[in-house]
Amino acid sequence: MSKNREIQEKETEKRMVLKMSDMDPKFKYEISKLPGAETILLCFQCGTCTADCPIARFSDFYRPRKLIRMIQLGLKDTLLSNDVIWLCSTCFTCIDHCPQDVGIANIVRALRNLTIIEREMPVVYKELASNILKTGYAYMIPRLRLKKRDEEGLPSLPKADLENLVKLFDLTGLSKTLERLGT
Amino acid sequence: MQELKYLIFLGCVIPYRISSYEISARKVLEKLGVKLVEMPEFNCCGFPLDPVNHDMMLTLAARNLCLAEQQKLDIITLCNGCFGTLNHVNRELKEDKKLKERVNGYLEEIGTEFKGTITVKHLIHVLAQDIGFDKIKETIQKPLNPLRVAQHIGCHVVRPGKTVGFDDPEHPTILKNLVEVTGAECLNYTDEMECCGAPIIGVNDKIPLQLAREKLDHIKAVGAQALITVCPFCHMIYDLNQPRIERTFNEKFGIPVLHYPQLLGLAMGFSPDELAFKQLRVDATKIFTNARAGFMLHETHVESRVINSL
Repeated sequence: MSKNREIQEKETEKRMVLKMSDMDPKFKYEISKLPGAETILLCFQCGTCTADCPIARFSDFYRPRKLIRMIQLGLKDTLLSNDVIWLCSTCFTCIDHCPQDVGIANIVRALRNLTIIEREMPVVYKELASNILKTGYAYMIPRLRLKKRDEEGLPSLPKADLENLVKLFDLTGLSKTLERLGT
Repeated sequence: MQELKYLIFLGCVIPYRISSYEISARKVLEKLGVKLVEMPEFNCCGFPLDPVNHDMMLTLAARNLCLAEQQKLDIITLCNGCFGTLNHVNRELKEDKKLKERVNGYLEEIGTEFKGTITVKHLIHVLAQDIGFDKIKETIQKPLNPLRVAQHIGCHVVRPGKTVGFDDPEHPTILKNLVEVTGAECLNYTDEMECCGAPIIGVNDKIPLQLAREKLDHIKAVGAQALITVCPFCHMIYDLNQPRIERTFNEKFGIPVLHYPQLLGLAMGFSPDELAFKQLRVDATKIFTNARAGFMLHETHVESRVINSL
């Protein structure tokens, strides 16, 4: 019994206790410089975002308020290595309901951008990016579908200027990111 | 009245797999005297790359806006995602000089410049505001009563409220009013503004399916004969994925999901075939046959397909 309790207490400690050495006090400022995330310091943790988040209702892990708190505390490493940041569906309910005008969904987007620069990116985004670079469209539209458009009396699809697209990928640094991640 | 003319921005999902939306939208807009000009050139609106690289999203969107500026035309989109992105970037670049400078820095390299001279509209804005309910009423030949439907307007066409600045993001009425113009009754149901979850389906498909199941449950509970959407992503979740939702949760819905222009087109007198009803995954025939006597549409034959064998 007492041994069980000991284990339990240790686990609780592991979950509840944050180590100063894991915190980066400058992280919140780093985030607040990213577009859309300027309001991060205004969050007073009321929890409206989590209460109204449709994803939080069905996920055991995605809690927007918690993400914001973790940024404020500077838990950079935990955040950037956490798959949970990819669960926001950008419905923007949190932004509309926040009493402090914090751009929560935009802050999550900033976290995603930073994760991609410093770490990894989910496969689906690699695919979308590479499709856009190759065709201008986010999905590879099968030739059969294009033929079908003719039969349905729809005008042919506009084409992308691929040369310019490559330039824009280079200029925004996305080409480099994709190259580094082996796409 | 001045001729209404727009540059049509189809986006990627519609030509990829939801052409029933495009076919029906072009039909009803033509009937309403709207002229659509095709994009001279195209790239994705940028929405899928916002999580990857914010600047890339801004630049992709701005490039499309520049193309519209060169044509001196406002953009009409059929997709909520495209509308949300293009409208947001257009407004932000018009208001924020510094941001405009940064984006124009990228665009300069490909010989173009964002000026801020056009407006971005979604199909429902064009219908409700530019064309107007009176004009739409004039084109209704076969009012759809006593059809009872529910609507799902989607997120990016109303939220964030401050950025979109159109309709009430908590209780939007525009699509409800557009439904009622056709003579169909638009039913209220629980949690109408619940997101479809489509944007995360590539990362996690369990949550979107749970969200969709809940939505379909709420719609079924009020006895709606069909669900009306105005976004290809929402439509994909509720229509294309409905058999999968039924399988996953061992529940039967069989709720047809129509694009709004399909509903309007029926009321205008187009046949279900002309409106590409055959491309819908969930059989929509029963909304004609189940309707009470007096509902004239059952005269039109729609090829019925078996989707219940799952």
